[in-house]
Amino acid sequence: MAVVIQKDTKILIQGFTGKMGTFHADEMIKYGSNVVGGVTPGKGGQKHLDRPVFNTVKDAVKHTGATASILFVPPAFAADSAMEAADAGIKTCVAIVDGIPSHDMIRIKRYMRRYSRKEKMTLVGPNCAGIISPGKSMLGIMPGHIYKEGRVGIISRSGTLGYEAAQQLKNLNIGVSTSVGIGGDPINGSSFRDIIEKFETDDETDVILMIGEIGGPQEVAAGEFAKDNMKKPVVGYIAGLTAPKGRVMGHAGAIVSAYGESAVEKVELLKECGLTISKNPSVMGETVKEVLSKK
Amino acid sequence: MDIHEYQAKEILSNFGVTIPRGGIVYSPETAENKAREIGGSKWVVKAQIHSGARGKAGGIIICNSPLEVAQATDKLLGKKLVTNQTGPEGKIVNRIYIEEATDIEKELYLGLVFDRSSESIMVVASTEGGMSVEEIAKDKPESIIRSKIEVAVGIQNFQARELAFGLGIEPELIRRASETIIGCAKAFSELDATMVEVNPLVISKQKQILALDCKMSFDNNAMFRRDKVSELRDKTQEDEKEVFASDRGLNYVSLEGNIGNIINGAGLAMASMDMIKLAGGEPANFLDVGGGATPEKIVKAFRLITMDKKVKVILVNIFAGINRCDWVAEGIVQALEKIEIKVPLVIRLAGTNVEKGNKILQNSKLNYIEANTLEDAANKAVAALK
Repeated sequence: MAVVIQKDTKILIQGFTGKMGTFHADEMIKYGSNVVGGVTPGKGGQKHLDRPVFNTVKDAVKHTGATASILFVPPAFAADSAMEAADAGIKTCVAIVDGIPSHDMIRIKRYMRRYSRKEKMTLVGPNCAGIISPGKSMLGIMPGHIYKEGRVGIISRSGTLGYEAAQQLKNLNIGVSTSVGIGGDPINGSSFRDIIEKFETDDETDVILMIGEIGGPQEVAAGEFAKDNMKKPVVGYIAGLTAPKGRVMGHAGAIVSAYGESAVEKVELLKECGLTISKNPSVMGETVKEVLSKK
Repeated sequence: MDIHEYQAKEILSNFGVTIPRGGIVYSPETAENKAREIGGSKWVVKAQIHSGARGKAGGIIICNSPLEVAQATDKLLGKKLVTNQTGPEGKIVNRIYIEEATDIEKELYLGLVFDRSSESIMVVASTEGGMSVEEIAKDKPESIIRSKIEVAVGIQNFQARELAFGLGIEPELIRRASETIIGCAKAFSELDATMVEVNPLVISKQKQILALDCKMSFDNNAMFRRDKVSELRDKTQEDEKEVFASDRGLNYVSLEGNIGNIINGAGLAMASMDMIKLAGGEPANFLDVGGGATPEKIVKAFRLITMDKKVKVILVNIFAGINRCDWVAEGIVQALEKIEIKVPLVIRLAGTNVEKGNKILQNSKLNYIEANTLEDAANKAVAALK
């Protein structure tokens, strides 16, 4: 069992008929993801990419039995779409969109508290590349072919840096069990800790590569969780050595505003938690290889 | 997005926070009249720049007559103020705020920020106003009190009351103090702020609770629904190259080094800059052209980087995913037909169709240095400096 998504996971595309939704739905279908339909309010009843379009997520779930969705809706409407997915019984929702206001993200997360732990949706993102379990399914926008099937779990805030890692691993003939992009925003649906916990219990994953960056408390929170609760080794890398304090480095969440949020401080804190740190971004793959050889 | 002190004060006053009487001026002549209009016998002339610590930089002048107000305004207008937050180039003073002087009995600190751990709005208050919150945290950590606002219901009266009592405010002023705290919290929530800071919040000798200095920042992602707030943007307070970039949809931060960067993705950009630093160089900028790295974005990126006179080497690092390296390479070749580059250029392509992409570059007339890995790219960029 892969984490988060499986080969047969039934996927809906929210914002199906738009340019982004169409392009990436097509890519996902070509990869082999089980896309069963999509939602575009007002276009219900039509067919798009040979799949049915529905007006609401509830309708779509009722007719297709979908349990996962991916959002390609503009930032202004993304919060609404995520909450609609949660209420329709979607279990995993990936928000690719960059630019959701932080106040909206907090609102989504508070809204989801109304569901019991069992019924609660896992929200991944926003501002992320999504999820891929190589050879099984892709619920994201990554270039699927750079991921080799294997036993390394990747979690990354950055999309392209996650690709860089997958490529480095592939060049060393090492594959990936699942890669999850949690996104670059200050408030996100799933944290490093949330995903690392899933990898610990995943029988297809031997080692986890956590790719973090400056800003926020999440890498260290995951490190502390790993120290106390995990048996599998975790390799870490933190981007942003040269970032000045108080400046946003592209990702809305990549800003150093307090102690423990700079790259140097995070690396120190993660070392204390027992993580193996990749000394630079060019050797993320090699560092994982070393750790695997010691296992 | 940051705004000026006077703008933040106007916003907060609309949310029930009391501010000293004052007005904004753009010339010494109007300053004198403005002082008379405000009344009283003592005024504070405050340079409006997007930075704190203005007092130490000479940006705040106390005056005893309208004539002095005019002279102080004349002295400050057009000047570049350098504070510990502006960087060595400083920030230009184009606006002056004139305010009646306040008889201060007590200075307090009140700040509201997003707390990323609890994913809520955190109110931070202290009896040690006038110092920066970092200084307070270092020197008087015991003076800091906090209260978490549950965003779904907003700040409650009891929370504001607890904070006010916690600050040692006398009973007859508790109600006003609570209203002030609630006003700030409402402004934060209703305007998509990311930070509200009143420092100092003062109790005057006349027993008024006044916001003496204010700062507010807003969520750039929410500006689509905050027309009035986004109108408050003052581009003269931002780096010229950063304004050029943001107007063209590029994510750019100007830095001190001399290796210019063009990279796709914020994380990969930071990682490439890390490699430059580890190779012994310093990046001149952070620049993310977006995951797609379209030819249009690449042209804009080269325009931007060539504006920066510090740049002695340009490093391009593109990881092509859904888009392909051959397409990115064609974009680079086209861009450099339009823009002349006078410094060494290092290009590293990775991902889909990398061989095809490198072939296109090799077969073009482009004068460049090819790199294969992140490390190779950084080493070659640093070597090209010599």
